[in-house]
Amino acid sequence: MRITHPRTEAARRGPVRPPTREIDEQTPIGEVYMSSLIRSQRRLAILVCAVVAVVLGGIALAGALVPRYAAVRIMGIPLPWLLLAMLVYPLLIGIAALAVRQAERNERAFTDLVRRR
Amino acid sequence: MSAALPIIAVVAVAVGTALAGTFGLRRVRTTRDFYVASRTVSPRWNAAAIGGEYLSAASYLGIAGLILAFGFDVLWYPVGYTAGYLVLLAVVAAPLRRSGAYTLPDFAEIRLGSATVRRAASVLVVLIGWLYLVPQLQGAGLALTTQAGAPHWLGGLVVCAVVLVAVAAGGMRSITFAQALQFWVKLVAMLVPALVLIAVWQHRDDGVGAGYPTAPSRTVVHLSAGTSVRVQVPETLTVSGTLDTRRVDGPVALTRGTHRLGAGTTVTLERGDVVPVVTSLPAQRNASWLQPLGSGRAHPLYASLSLILAICLGTMGLPHVLVRFYTNPDGRDTRRTTLVVIVLLSAFYLLPTVFGAFGRHYVPDLLLTGDTDATVLLLPQRMLPGWPGTILGAVLTAGAFAAFLSTSSGLTVSVAGVLSQGVFRRRSEPFRARRIRSFRLGAVAAIAVPYLLSLPTEHLGLAAVVGLAFAVAAATFCPLLVLGIWWRRLTDAGALAGLASGGLLATAAVLITIVAGPQGGWSGALLAQPAAWAVPLTFAVMGAVSLATQTRVRADVGRILVRLHVPETLAGELRSLGRSSPEPDRSAQPDSRLTT
Repeated sequence: MRITHPRTEAARRGPVRPPTREIDEQTPIGEVYMSSLIRSQRRLAILVCAVVAVVLGGIALAGALVPRYAAVRIMGIPLPWLLLAMLVYPLLIGIAALAVRQAERNERAFTDLVRRR
Repeated sequence: MSAALPIIAVVAVAVGTALAGTFGLRRVRTTRDFYVASRTVSPRWNAAAIGGEYLSAASYLGIAGLILAFGFDVLWYPVGYTAGYLVLLAVVAAPLRRSGAYTLPDFAEIRLGSATVRRAASVLVVLIGWLYLVPQLQGAGLALTTQAGAPHWLGGLVVCAVVLVAVAAGGMRSITFAQALQFWVKLVAMLVPALVLIAVWQHRDDGVGAGYPTAPSRTVVHLSAGTSVRVQVPETLTVSGTLDTRRVDGPVALTRGTHRLGAGTTVTLERGDVVPVVTSLPAQRNASWLQPLGSGRAHPLYASLSLILAICLGTMGLPHVLVRFYTNPDGRDTRRTTLVVIVLLSAFYLLPTVFGAFGRHYVPDLLLTGDTDATVLLLPQRMLPGWPGTILGAVLTAGAFAAFLSTSSGLTVSVAGVLSQGVFRRRSEPFRARRIRSFRLGAVAAIAVPYLLSLPTEHLGLAAVVGLAFAVAAATFCPLLVLGIWWRRLTDAGALAGLASGGLLATAAVLITIVAGPQGGWSGALLAQPAAWAVPLTFAVMGAVSLATQTRVRADVGRILVRLHVPETLAGELRSLGRSSPEPDRSAQPDSRLTT
């Protein structure tokens, strides 16, 4: 009869395999790590495309559905022209900057996750 | 004198480009230098180079011309050209750079391991490249004809010659310097005249009214080819030449409706005369020109939405755009570069609208000849007669040539790379240096074919033809890239089926539109803007065929996805990121230390 502390058994099993090895060897755990990264980046890509679609599609549909908005003038320039020839550009830059920041955050989160000991 | 200045401007840009090419030559040492500048170009240079390469004849001349003719609805072109980079940034930029591919066919082979898919992608690169090159060369011909009275074949020939010298001598490295420079040339060459013209316009307080476009001053219009025009209101114009099969010389009363003006006819418009409009362009009042969906095209809402889709999704599939992303050091820098590109493009695309809107007021006679692509070049002389207008016109001509040269050279490099591997390749050749010869042969074929295609004078408008190239790219490469990067179950059979069906149908629609001209009704709208049906179709075919052939999914697809998505900062810890991972076939490319 041998009595051992529960943690002794853990010590005998050896050290936990690092996540990088799981990924390299394409074990099921490695696949989980990878799909978490890909899923977060894919969600971001879809979100950005959806925002672009809503903004551009919205401007296009507004012309068809609310013809009255075309009559609005700001400083002599018709509102649709102001929107599509000027204001839409800073908006696109803003979306792009946020997309870059979020993509880098996702990658940092993944790096931290994988490097965790 | 007025013809000499634009010629000097063109020569300066051409010599500058050739010199930048030779400067780069000294720095080309290895294969990687030659093709992708060793991937050591800094993000800021790279972004300017991408912008320089991207701003083509369509952006520089075509958009303003379309705005003059169609009005609000074509503002989607510049917005789409910019938003396309946003989609590219979000969906493919970093993974594509991490794939390590040089070209689109390389990506297809890395991801799917299939030489057949690679060949299909190569054919599409050549097709899209040629479709995109034709309007560049036509634009060059138009610019030299408008500004210096040169024959229409000369401008294209000048572009071919300069591009071949620069491309064959220096490869990508020299092109990167030249392209970055050309972006700033183009921006300044358009910004300065635009600011001057805005000042002049504010001073005069002119504006387009609500009625049909009228001549702002006495204008003599010479028609070099026979033209059918629509006369909007009964009026008396001075016509000298052939009108509806009879000879006329002097004032004639024209009835409302369509009339035929023979080749060589001169029409004199007095101030306030309503301009007759060539039948291929819509003849709408300024009030509806200003309105959304007022362009007078068939099914304008469908056309607008399909055009947005084509441009937003087609940008990622343009061969000359992608190759430049490979010169970024890593995926993170690729994203940052793309962000800078969007900023640069946003600044540029504020300008063509100014020229197009002014053009409606100051050069409406272009509606009579149909040469609306000349709007940007003619506007300064009309608004500022005399030497100030001539100087601004010369500056704009220089910028236009920078646009033709930069886009053409980028496309030529991409198409030549594919042709040299696929067509001019000889396995038996013993000397590495001879492989460079096949690249140069490829470059000649890459630009000579579209030059010959550009010679027949009939054309749709520069931006419209470029739009068709975008539609083919959106219907083929966009699904391949998106599914290849984000969907592990994509198979080679699925990719091939999608490329074939999307490519064939979109190309057929595009060719019918180019050869037979724009058609009426729903069928015409669907053919002229194929993206809205062709893109979902390709996605569906690729997805369905892939699901039916799941046994063909690559066994090492997991390793490839690691390589596409994991940041390079982990390269030291992850062996699957090591550079020993599968590389595309580069046997046809020149090996290291080539001497030219």
